[in-house]
Amino acid sequence: MTYKVIGKRVKRVEDPRLLTGQALFVGDVSLPGMLYAAFFRSDYAHAKVISIDISQALEIPGVVGVYTAEDMGDDWEPGPPLVSPPPTLENVVFNSRRQVPLVKGKVKHAGEIIAVVIAESRYIAEDAAEEILVEFEPLPAVVDLEKCLEPGSVLVHDDLDTNLAAHLIQNKGDYEGARKEADLVISRRFHLDRGAAAALENRGIVADWDEKNQHLTVWDATQSPIPIRNGLAARLGLRTHQVRVVAPFVGGGFGPKIMMFYAEEMVLPWISMKLGKPIKWIEDRRENFYATTQEREQIHDVEMALSKEGHILGIKQKFIHDTGAFNPYGLTTPLNTQSHSMGGYDVQNYYSDLTVVFTNKTIVTPVRGAGRPQGIYIVERMLDIAARELELDPMEVRRLNFIPPDAFPYDHEIIDQAFATLIFDSGNYEPAFDKALEMLGYEDFIKNEQPRLRAEGKYVGIGIVPFVETTGVGPYEGARVSVEPSGKISAATGVGTQGQSHMTAFAQVIAEQLGVEVSDVSMVTGDTAEFHWGTGTFASRGAVVAGNAVNAAAGDVRLKVLKLASKILETPEEELVLEDGMVRVADKPDQSISLGELALLANPLRGAVEPGTEPGLESTKYFGPAFGATAFGVHGMILEVDPETMMINIRKYITVEDCGTMINPLVVEGQIHGGVSMGIGNAYYEKLHYDENAQLLNASLADYLIPGSTEMPHIEVHHANTPAPNNELGTKGVGEAGAIPVPAVFAQALENALHDYDLEILETPLSPNRLYELLQKKEDNS
Amino acid sequence: MKPAPFEYYAPTSVSEVLELLNEHGYDAKILAGGQSLIPMMNFRLVQPAVLVDINKIPNLSYIKTHENGIRLGAMVRHTQAERDSLIKERVPLLHETMPQIATIQIRNRGTIGGSLAHADASAELVAVTTALEARFKIQNLEGERWVPASEFFVGLLMTSLEPEDMLVEIEIPDLPARSGWSLKEVARRPHDFALIGVAAVLTLDKKDRCQSAKLVYLSAGDGPLVAEEAAVLLQGQKISEDLIIAAAEKAATEEIDPGNDIHATADFRRHLANVLTRRALAEAYQRAKGGK
Amino acid sequence: MENTITVSVTVNGTPYQRSVDPRTLLSDFLRNDLELTGTHVGCEHGVCGACTVLLDGEAVRSCLLFAPQVDGHEIITVEGLGTLDNLHPLQEAFREAHALQCGFCTPGILTTLVPYLEENPNPTEEEIREAISGNLCRCTGYQHIIDAVKLAAEKTDP
Repeated sequence: MTYKVIGKRVKRVEDPRLLTGQALFVGDVSLPGMLYAAFFRSDYAHAKVISIDISQALEIPGVVGVYTAEDMGDDWEPGPPLVSPPPTLENVVFNSRRQVPLVKGKVKHAGEIIAVVIAESRYIAEDAAEEILVEFEPLPAVVDLEKCLEPGSVLVHDDLDTNLAAHLIQNKGDYEGARKEADLVISRRFHLDRGAAAALENRGIVADWDEKNQHLTVWDATQSPIPIRNGLAARLGLRTHQVRVVAPFVGGGFGPKIMMFYAEEMVLPWISMKLGKPIKWIEDRRENFYATTQEREQIHDVEMALSKEGHILGIKQKFIHDTGAFNPYGLTTPLNTQSHSMGGYDVQNYYSDLTVVFTNKTIVTPVRGAGRPQGIYIVERMLDIAARELELDPMEVRRLNFIPPDAFPYDHEIIDQAFATLIFDSGNYEPAFDKALEMLGYEDFIKNEQPRLRAEGKYVGIGIVPFVETTGVGPYEGARVSVEPSGKISAATGVGTQGQSHMTAFAQVIAEQLGVEVSDVSMVTGDTAEFHWGTGTFASRGAVVAGNAVNAAAGDVRLKVLKLASKILETPEEELVLEDGMVRVADKPDQSISLGELALLANPLRGAVEPGTEPGLESTKYFGPAFGATAFGVHGMILEVDPETMMINIRKYITVEDCGTMINPLVVEGQIHGGVSMGIGNAYYEKLHYDENAQLLNASLADYLIPGSTEMPHIEVHHANTPAPNNELGTKGVGEAGAIPVPAVFAQALENALHDYDLEILETPLSPNRLYELLQKKEDNS
Repeated sequence: MKPAPFEYYAPTSVSEVLELLNEHGYDAKILAGGQSLIPMMNFRLVQPAVLVDINKIPNLSYIKTHENGIRLGAMVRHTQAERDSLIKERVPLLHETMPQIATIQIRNRGTIGGSLAHADASAELVAVTTALEARFKIQNLEGERWVPASEFFVGLLMTSLEPEDMLVEIEIPDLPARSGWSLKEVARRPHDFALIGVAAVLTLDKKDRCQSAKLVYLSAGDGPLVAEEAAVLLQGQKISEDLIIAAAEKAATEEIDPGNDIHATADFRRHLANVLTRRALAEAYQRAKGGK
Repeated sequence: MENTITVSVTVNGTPYQRSVDPRTLLSDFLRNDLELTGTHVGCEHGVCGACTVLLDGEAVRSCLLFAPQVDGHEIITVEGLGTLDNLHPLQEAFREAHALQCGFCTPGILTTLVPYLEENPNPTEEEIREAISGNLCRCTGYQHIIDAVKLAAEKTDP
């Protein structure tokens, strides 16, 4: 299909406001009479609350109120389960324990809220929070993923007799049978640690209860405004029409800005209703490290059975996933790990045993990649090790195992995060993989470049890793598209936007359908007053699910336009063209009518219409895929490491990305660049350090190391295109892709650079210190 | 993350500052560039009752020659020093150090005096002024005194400044002829606090032997850590690769006293110190031979 | 408030006078007292760079200054660079190169780069990386920002 607007590198319509400081973020909302909140949070990760004394805090001038769990009475209730375990899975153990608005009885992770101060300024609110006296009885903390399951372990939840949050097994084929046939069986243990999403904008909420209108407005830096509205209405005893949730411009999401609810999201609207005043709270960076969800901590025991030619005969893994103190997000993240531990390979025998544990750490929910980077890390590391043991070219081993292009749709016979069978819809892996090798000059590097550099005393290595990403899962999203009498287009969808360029990309889809300029389309996202059906921005699904809903609605408007124009221009529909905001008779450019005029005619003020007529040139449509669209990609890097200082320099970075149809390549490239930067963080910089008391030791941006401009390489992006067969646009998601393979690429390149040391890397993130320890261990052993 | 309340004064002369310091004693804190102090106040780790802002005092931002060296007013900002041609010419080690400190926004505001008075053992200026044997002029209502760097830094975030004292001037002597210098550090990201760093200054005699050597480490102890025994090893000797290795080994394994934190163990810091000392001495030696 | 102090300051060419609690951070003063919310706050400990503004022409972190400290000085914020209809050439280049996604860090990066480009009209990629190394961006991986700076440099330096 040839497009005029889709696929073009269109400049973004949202940029002028963002560039001039005119875009509204939650922190910018200012209302008359607004009060400010600050929280007293527990420093302890695990402790009984013996007593709370708020009397001194209340005496500070400017303090309006201090609230604890007791004040909430019957309104105190744990959050609802945001995601339940898949009903399609059998024999699932799932102990649901959800976060609470304010601590009652026992603190379960550091940063949980004991009390809220409402005051005339944030400064005063923080002064008062310092004056709250809480007597704690500290308890030993549950930290270790394995020890927490031992008999006699301290329990996170006293009403459970275990720290087991969930257990399930997924099985395909017959691993034990395959193992018997194998020429090589390798087994390894992998440790993957925690990182933060660390969006530049922290979370924030402004809640405004209007007593006279009996209406609650909540500005919330959330990725999921509609479920928040529905949930708040239910919790606060309101009808949904009495609650409006607005996610205005949001300064980065990356996953954790979806919860239902964050404690603050529940408490502040509740207090606003009590006081009849608007309340504002903007999370500070310190709070963000304790209270905003995190991800990636898992321990895997993996076994891979192979033939001597390098065919994967089967994979078996047993892994433990740390969900933190609560598990409101169900099994999404570890299910993604299960789905991605076979990579893009044809694996006939797979056995995956998942255990999820509660610990006294911050809650775990998806962060960009969401369990997928762990799955890819494991399968790719195992293949590197297997290739070494079989003395095969690691790239050849990958080629040998790719799912062939004629095998799609490829049924993996296990259940994925969308509760559906994991089916890869389409793909063409080998050409993309070959392209990556060519871009990085793999053959030449191994044969010539690397030996030359080594002779110069330089340790430079190469890493290339293919990966899949299941994207664009259900349930559904919707959109409304409407032609205004001005001829401009107004549109709305339920997903929120946190930098993904929805306002431009969706406008391109509409412009394509209706023959208007992108700048003529005004797209609203994330405001329940504009559109109130939908779920949110997650699972790399905006362009797929919302994009196709927008396309369907715009397509329907196009039909309405053609039908009406055909009548007025007395020309059959198939002879009409939509361009420049007009409907023209093909070959007769003077016979035309503008979209604006048609919109007026479609909405008469007097007179009769035919029964069944829908007014206006407007349509609302929904898109809900049976299963997702699976994207593919390959990343490669050339990495130099100084084995004395452990400092690294990524000399070259390339990606080949197949996300099907691209709506806007400029935006796709931006998504990849950003994903890679988080991936590089996950590989060598970003680690949340928890101590034995479940205390986070690096809760600041000075100590939690996000890659800066000097850590990032230039990234070369090449696009492949295997359109998704199950949606009209052919789009596949790309939002998380950039982050997924990076730690695996890095580990491969690092081992290759330090070939002399014969390292085997089985963990991520690494750091200079950790790399030094690994090299020391090697030295001690030899 | 908002600071606790304080009384704010913005005096326009040093004497007013000294009066205020005398009056408020331990309750008062001087606000110079504020680039270390204000983050700590925002975290409420520091809650001074009185803040004496010295940014409105004129004539504390000079850089001038004085006898065999240069003198800097305490309020010289990092960027000013970085761009200053006199510093580039007379104190090249300091010139090279400046861009390695924090980020451009911090350097635009942060002051040399403030960094020295804060005395963070991971601050480059603390190690470099020690290596260069700088002297600090301190005033109080009683009068003024000059304190050498070796006596100024006394411990973890501690200097010989008393509550009623103000650091007003820094003097850095010229290096003798045939001196070479180097600053090497390893930081996770270029502008992070260094995991370890070393400032090396070497002076050669006419026969190319080491006349004097100074090795000062940052992030290697409570304050700037001077490796005296390693310097003794070098003194009077012809510099060779073996000698450099021996000196580095001595300093790294016997003299420095680095701590453990989430970014690096003491063991790794010692290893890095060893590597960096070798590189720094080699560079300093090359420069010294070059004649400067 | 008992303990207040008067601050007179020129921001984006407009003189303002406000009475504030002396501990008010400059970032909060700009955002709350002057309602110039283009300056963003990302960490309040001087690392992320989102709050960067120009103080007498030099890029500084507004979360590491108290409002009374800018009394008598001149500030430029992102609102002082260009307007919706008349973007600053650097803003235009940012748009052209897709140098922003969520846009939260962008004001601080623009204010950091404006004086930088005046002094260094033709920077290399490495120099640009160094110039913005005090600003964190979580969306772009910095690459399109670098492209934008090069584009702006080309356009202004024929």
